[in-house]
Amino acid sequence: MITELGHFALILAFLVSIVQAVVPLVGAQKRWPGWMAVAEPAATLQFILTAAAFAALTHAFVTSDFSLRLVVMNSHSAKPMLYKISGVWGNHEGSMLLWVLILSLFGAMAAWFGGNLPPTLRARVLAVQSSIAVAFFAFIIFTSNPFLRMAVPPFDGQDLNPLLQDPGLAFHPPFLYLGYVGLSICFSFAVAALIEGRVDAAWGRWVRPWTLAAWVFLTIGIALGSWWAYYELGWGGFWFWDPVENASFMPWLLAAALLHSAIVVEKREALKSWTILLAILAFGFSLIGTFIVRSGLLTSVHAFASDPERGVFILGILVVYTGGALTLFAARANVMQAKGVFGIVSRESALVANNIFLAVACFVVFVGTLWPVVAELLFARKLSVGAPFFEMAFTPFMVLLGLLLPIGAMMPWKRANVGRVLRQLAPALFLALALAGLVWAMQTGKTLLGPVGVFLGTWLVAGAITDLYSRLGKNRDLSRLLRLPRADWGKAVAHGGLGITMLGIAGLMAWQEEDIRVAYVGQPFTVGAFEFELNGVERVQGPNYFSNMADVSVRQDGETIATLYPEKRNYPVQQMPTTEAAIDYRLMRDVYVVIGDPQDDGGWVMRVYLKPLANWIWGGCILMAIGGFLSLSDRRFRVAAGARKSQMVGVPAE
Amino acid sequence: MKRFLGWWAKHPPYALALILALLAAPVAAVQPDEMLQDPTQEARAREISKGLRCLVCQNENIDDSNASLARDLRILVRERITAGDDNAEVVDYIVDRYGEFVLLKPTSGGANWLLWASGPILFVLGLLVAGLYIRRRSTAQAVTEQRLSPEEQTRLQELLRD
Repeated sequence: MITELGHFALILAFLVSIVQAVVPLVGAQKRWPGWMAVAEPAATLQFILTAAAFAALTHAFVTSDFSLRLVVMNSHSAKPMLYKISGVWGNHEGSMLLWVLILSLFGAMAAWFGGNLPPTLRARVLAVQSSIAVAFFAFIIFTSNPFLRMAVPPFDGQDLNPLLQDPGLAFHPPFLYLGYVGLSICFSFAVAALIEGRVDAAWGRWVRPWTLAAWVFLTIGIALGSWWAYYELGWGGFWFWDPVENASFMPWLLAAALLHSAIVVEKREALKSWTILLAILAFGFSLIGTFIVRSGLLTSVHAFASDPERGVFILGILVVYTGGALTLFAARANVMQAKGVFGIVSRESALVANNIFLAVACFVVFVGTLWPVVAELLFARKLSVGAPFFEMAFTPFMVLLGLLLPIGAMMPWKRANVGRVLRQLAPALFLALALAGLVWAMQTGKTLLGPVGVFLGTWLVAGAITDLYSRLGKNRDLSRLLRLPRADWGKAVAHGGLGITMLGIAGLMAWQEEDIRVAYVGQPFTVGAFEFELNGVERVQGPNYFSNMADVSVRQDGETIATLYPEKRNYPVQQMPTTEAAIDYRLMRDVYVVIGDPQDDGGWVMRVYLKPLANWIWGGCILMAIGGFLSLSDRRFRVAAGARKSQMVGVPAE
Repeated sequence: MKRFLGWWAKHPPYALALILALLAAPVAAVQPDEMLQDPTQEARAREISKGLRCLVCQNENIDDSNASLARDLRILVRERITAGDDNAEVVDYIVDRYGEFVLLKPTSGGANWLLWASGPILFVLGLLVAGLYIRRRSTAQAVTEQRLSPEEQTRLQELLRD
């Protein structure tokens, strides 16, 4: 019964989204207030109905209702409750439902918090947002319906893929989708502004908090996914340049660019058409990402053929929405006249440079990701583009970005003096060079990666501190720090976080150590500065798996600093083994131990990895996200509240 | 295969058949029994392996892969090293037999120059366009700075009080 109600709610939401996509748009064109006013309640209703459908599906998973095909395929009665819930989005149909749930949530939030927008713009934003929802509701209902029943329900389900039975699944996809789908609202703002024929500073201010929110969620989502891969996959890789990761990384890069170019629109009324284009492309890349993931085009050309319907449907959505928006963009380019005038050396130019680096980096990832398909279709060459390509082609742009960032961040608007900025930054530069030199001299292998990472990390962190320090005024009054706008703090924290992430990545890649051997109980061995001893391996039974759990002591200078319990699990329902690495997390390094198969002579294959600075990667991401939240909480974004007040004050006078 | 599993972890609906096929022979990445005695030779083997793709996996190199085919390739690489090949010869040997699909770092030959050059080309183009734009902005006549209207003044006061 609840399932049918959920199914019904989903169909109703589809119908509501059609109404919301059409009526307010017509209303805005004809200036009919009644028609425009439909948008707000429709957005709320659409969200409530989608949430109801999602709740119904969750109910089916929680109660293990094996009359539902989706539950049978992805759940099992013995599965822990957390994974029953997260299993709702651990599959194609359910994750698409989460997609539209978040899409309609953003639409509803735009309706709730958009009170200060001009009524026509608001009606158009909500209509465009809903038109995206129409496409995805249709996609779910016609190609990926999660509410299909089984003719003969089985006694139990086929369980969820064991790799997905991890808290990572509970948090990684929702955050990623909040980011991915959050960019839809920027897209809607861009298209609405194009229809409206008006892009001004106010538009920049409205669109920025949404971009910021989407970017923050995307940052958290990507970082969580990367950390999940790090501890779950058994050898501590954190980024693989795999098409699907690239699919989430491209919108992140463009959202970061959009975030910065929208500042120029807001403060200086320049870069308008570029910003609109970025807003369209950022969501366009989210759609491309969805297409890549859902069609299987890039991971295997044959997987695409196996489910052409879904892939073609999403390709259609991609072509219609991105193509339509770009056509509209071309038609309306003339309305976006820049107003602000600025010198060749200025904050504006620095932000243009930021956008070039980020956009080119995104383009490199895009070309590398799609090249195997292009090469096969056009040149009949079957080839691979893997991590070594991306490391060589992508990294230079990030290094350049890092080099220029602290300088650009301190430049004033309109006209800047590089000499002056560099003088302020001299201590930071000196510190970064000194540390990089020290590291260069101390490291054993002469790779450049480590010192470059240390230089960039120090330069960015010290640069961010210098930026804050420079705001103190002549008499260096520290109490002024607390009175700085939160956006300034957000900027410094996020930029510092980027530096820390860069340092972590470089450190880990340059200095990690690895040891593979057959370990015997009671025979210690040494890796780096640590001594390891296998104390025994025990057979353990979990709720839905069996496991070989090893007991490994880690000693440093003769003292036991940790006891680790790496596991090798076997999930009988899915017939699948997983490795559960045991990690001793420390500030400066992780010790990462994996247990393998037993050997005939009684030994066990054991892998030990020493991973310096690993936590800095995610620590930096957390800082970037905190920086984003700080900026979001800045009162300048709430200026809108003041605008509404003045309107309300104005009303009685009329 | 871990790489493959990683992909799979994020994309549950795909490749079920493939995963089952691979699980028929669950061995882990580089095994102690494969490794060469000579540490320099072993280090070379590891480095070469990191650039070779496991043919049955998703975008994963043979060094990290659990698939049995990857194990065969790792052993092949080590055999060639013991036979005295230098790194380039080992890679050529594998490419001759499995095609350029095994190379994770594509060559720059043929149309691939476009792949390698696309980033730098766009970068130069971007710099040119941005340079022209910025020059125009720096020489443009400032739009006459409009004074605030009385209403805007009141609203500004209001905001500043906020």
